[in-house]
Amino acid sequence: MFGLTALELARIQFGFTISFHIVFPAITIGLASYLVVLEAMWLWKKDLVYRDLYHFWSKIFAVNFAMGVVSGLVMAYQFGTNWSYFSSFAGSITGPLLAYEVLTAFFLEAGFLGVMLFGWNKVGPGLHLFSTFMVALGTLISATWILASNSWMQTPQGHEIINGVVVPVDWLKVIFNPSFPYRLAHMVVAAFLATALFVGASGAWHLMRGNNTPRIRTMFSMAMWMVLIVTPLQILVGDQHGLNTLEHQPAKVAAMEGHWRNEPGAGAPLILFGWPDMEAEVTRYKLEIPRLGGLILTHSLDGQYKALSEFPKEDRPNSTVVFWSFRVMVGLGMLMLVLGLWSAWLRWRGSFYEQRWFLRLATWMGPSGLIAILAGWYTTEIGRQPWIVYGVMRTKDAVSNHSAPVLSATLIAFLVMYFAVFGTGVRYMLKLVAKGPETSDDGDHPLGKGQAQGGQAQRPARPLSAAPDDVDPSLN
Amino acid sequence: MGIDLPLLWAIIIAFGLMMYVIMDGFDLGIGILFPFVRDREDRDTMVNSVAPVWDGNETWLVLGGAALMAAFPIAYAVVLSALYLPLMLMLAGLIWRGVAFEFRFKADESHKPFWDKAFIWGSYMATVSQGVALGAFINGFAVEGGAYAGGVFDWLTPFSLFTGVGLVVAYALLGATWLVMKTEGGLQRRMRQLGKPVTLVVLATIVAVSIWTPLAHPDIAGRWFALPNLYYLAPVPVCVALVGWLLIRTLSADTHAAPFALSLALLFLGYSGLAISLWPNIIPPSMSIWQAAAPPQSMGFALVGALFIIPFILAYTAWSYYVFRGKVKAGEGYH
Ligand code: HDD
Ligand code: HEM
Ligand code: HEM
Repeated sequence: MFGLTALELARIQFGFTISFHIVFPAITIGLASYLVVLEAMWLWKKDLVYRDLYHFWSKIFAVNFAMGVVSGLVMAYQFGTNWSYFSSFAGSITGPLLAYEVLTAFFLEAGFLGVMLFGWNKVGPGLHLFSTFMVALGTLISATWILASNSWMQTPQGHEIINGVVVPVDWLKVIFNPSFPYRLAHMVVAAFLATALFVGASGAWHLMRGNNTPRIRTMFSMAMWMVLIVTPLQILVGDQHGLNTLEHQPAKVAAMEGHWRNEPGAGAPLILFGWPDMEAEVTRYKLEIPRLGGLILTHSLDGQYKALSEFPKEDRPNSTVVFWSFRVMVGLGMLMLVLGLWSAWLRWRGSFYEQRWFLRLATWMGPSGLIAILAGWYTTEIGRQPWIVYGVMRTKDAVSNHSAPVLSATLIAFLVMYFAVFGTGVRYMLKLVAKGPETSDDGDHPLGKGQAQGGQAQRPARPLSAAPDDVDPSLN
Repeated sequence: MGIDLPLLWAIIIAFGLMMYVIMDGFDLGIGILFPFVRDREDRDTMVNSVAPVWDGNETWLVLGGAALMAAFPIAYAVVLSALYLPLMLMLAGLIWRGVAFEFRFKADESHKPFWDKAFIWGSYMATVSQGVALGAFINGFAVEGGAYAGGVFDWLTPFSLFTGVGLVVAYALLGATWLVMKTEGGLQRRMRQLGKPVTLVVLATIVAVSIWTPLAHPDIAGRWFALPNLYYLAPVPVCVALVGWLLIRTLSADTHAAPFALSLALLFLGYSGLAISLWPNIIPPSMSIWQAAAPPQSMGFALVGALFIIPFILAYTAWSYYVFRGKVKAGEGYH
């Protein structure tokens, strides 16, 4: 297809499927924890606002979760189908880590999900909260294992190579490899931030339409507190992450910065914008601030760090791509900071729920967390090239023996199916958001009561003929 | 040392796959039976009977994949790349079906029939692909230098197509008897009716596979028909016949849970028959679990977790089934 080699097609296929996948887990991780907070607040304050918000977001959570599960299923098999040489070489490490993820996280999520989504009328309030908590815990455990696996591929240690395969010798070193704590912190915070921005955008959208109910105000306010507090934290973690990467993957940082060569005696500049040219080995059209790059990365005005031209040609990642993906992430991070600070200012001024431009910005920033996550992963993964296990195995030696036509066919099938299925799913999610939280002011809906089996009598289960779960057809 | 790690792992993987087959079997079976039930309300009841548990059921499949990679990386690499196309089709089917669970209830009226169809097609596609993969696995793979050496379409044989169809019938039986247990009234009667012919077809399929496999693979024939073995193995077919007969009886009587229990037993017997045929190969026809084993450091590390955690998983899974015990009423269940 388009003259691409089997290797390139396999990479596109993996990149495409994981890009779709990560969007759903990010929201799953954030929403699960948010739901725990909402349910705990409901039980503590007995304020119906929290209960209604819980039911509202748990429906959206359910749709999102289903998409996370099915897209994740594909990932678990792609290592064997597409990267079989990688699997037989390093499966002895990634396999046990994935197995632990299944055992400690996926089962936990799945086991308690049923009670969380369908068990409101079936178990007591405490047990229901516990189930929600277990699902949230599962998502965080899941992130931990998969990021340990990915971080080991970035900064491998704790293994030996015996008879041509990786043999783990020290599991603690394998799991707690140098980049793991930074990547875990950065990714989990990213998931919380992306969810806060999504929830915040939903609130702002309703507020702009004059839907100024206590439910909407509460969720908008909670989301903006989160953005305000968590963004600076994320920037801090990201900075530390970068310093760690400089230590272990210097070629990646040089590529991210479009830094081709060091001038004797002068601290490295920070290139704000430009176009890294891989052939000519220069960054064109650049706008730079002298010495700042050295200052950020080495904390000294004369600081220098290894430049891209000092690495052999075959070991360089594509600077053009990662230079820009990195800037997209950081730029969005700065915008989030602006949004958070603005929200604090307006709160203080008392026009927090009204200011049009602020609400507009909050709406537009809805997808920004997810875009930053994707941009961050592109930086990380493309910056790791040409290695699949950094310094140990090259990507070109990892790929299965499938032919280009076969891979093209499955890639096209994935493209069509993913856009159709997940596109529709995202539309349903947005329509649910647009419908807004339902108001159920009293606890005694006729249907809800009748069915309580010692659980919390309240919402009606879905009366089928009336199909109230239908999203408003006028929103089509 | 003393502990035979590859053996333990083979048992864990076999156990995980069996859990998958019987658990996702009945919820895939519900998709397979969908075309035979037209009424909207009945269809909703069918879906609601599995909505709280299907995700957990599918997780056993993920465990199978992960455990295979952990314990037998070469087998994971060879088998999965050999079965590339059927597995991609299976994943596609599982995607359509998995989202249809949610989307059926979220779609607007005019799109609902579409998601019902997606549910049906997804279930059939996933099941046939699994059956085909199973048939191809029994047939074995060409391996050279630790990597798959066959073609893209090697999996496609009359035998694998037959096992593909066979699995559809087997899952249909699980689905029908599950619904006999979980529903009442007209839907339950319909499932009792459907159950009987389906049982007969399942029995016929088991017989056919039991004749076809040894005919095509002399080494497997040797295992079953060599003399001392024959005495030990003879009870398997006898049990199959007995269970089949009981199944037909209970489907006609006023029992609720017995047919499901019996069809689980039937599937379990079929599964053990296959295990006996293939043992101890993890890449048939000739690579054994000991030859494909991961380094002991990997197997040992993962084993500690597996042995410790699986009992907990079984416990809370059972609890979740317990919470949703009893008959599913129309209109109940979904948030
Ligand atoms: C930072 C978090 C994160 C990352 C980087 C990944 N995942 Fe994921 N994954 C999750 C976080 C997650 C989750 C939050 O745990 C999900 C999302 C929805 C869900 O059901 O669980 C999930 C679901 C999920 C499932 C379905 C689980 C089930 O049946 O319940 C599988 C098999 C995978 N993932 C496998 C992978 C693989 C092989 C990945 C890497 C290539 C991967 N995930 C990246
Ligand atoms: C979840 C967010 C992730 C995203 C968005 C992401 C993105 C990508 C992209 C774009 C590529 C293609 C790079 C290229 O070919 O130039 C890639 C490759 C790859 N990634 Fe990731 N990745 C993610 C997580 C992971 C995780 C958690 C793992 C491992 C456990 C992983 C393992 C791999 C492997 C094996 C490849 C294929 C080899 C390669 O092309 O480098 N990725 N990823
Ligand atoms: C604004 C300041 C930020 C800085 C300085 C920063 C820094 C970094 C660096 C250096 C990496 C690459 C690490 C490596 O490959 O070794 C990275 C990756 C990543 N970033 Fe950021 N980041 C920032 C903001 C954000 C924001 C706002 C998000 C999302 C909401 C985000 C999400 C990610 C993700 C998901 C990755 C890939 C996973 C990983 O390697 O941790 N980042 N970031």
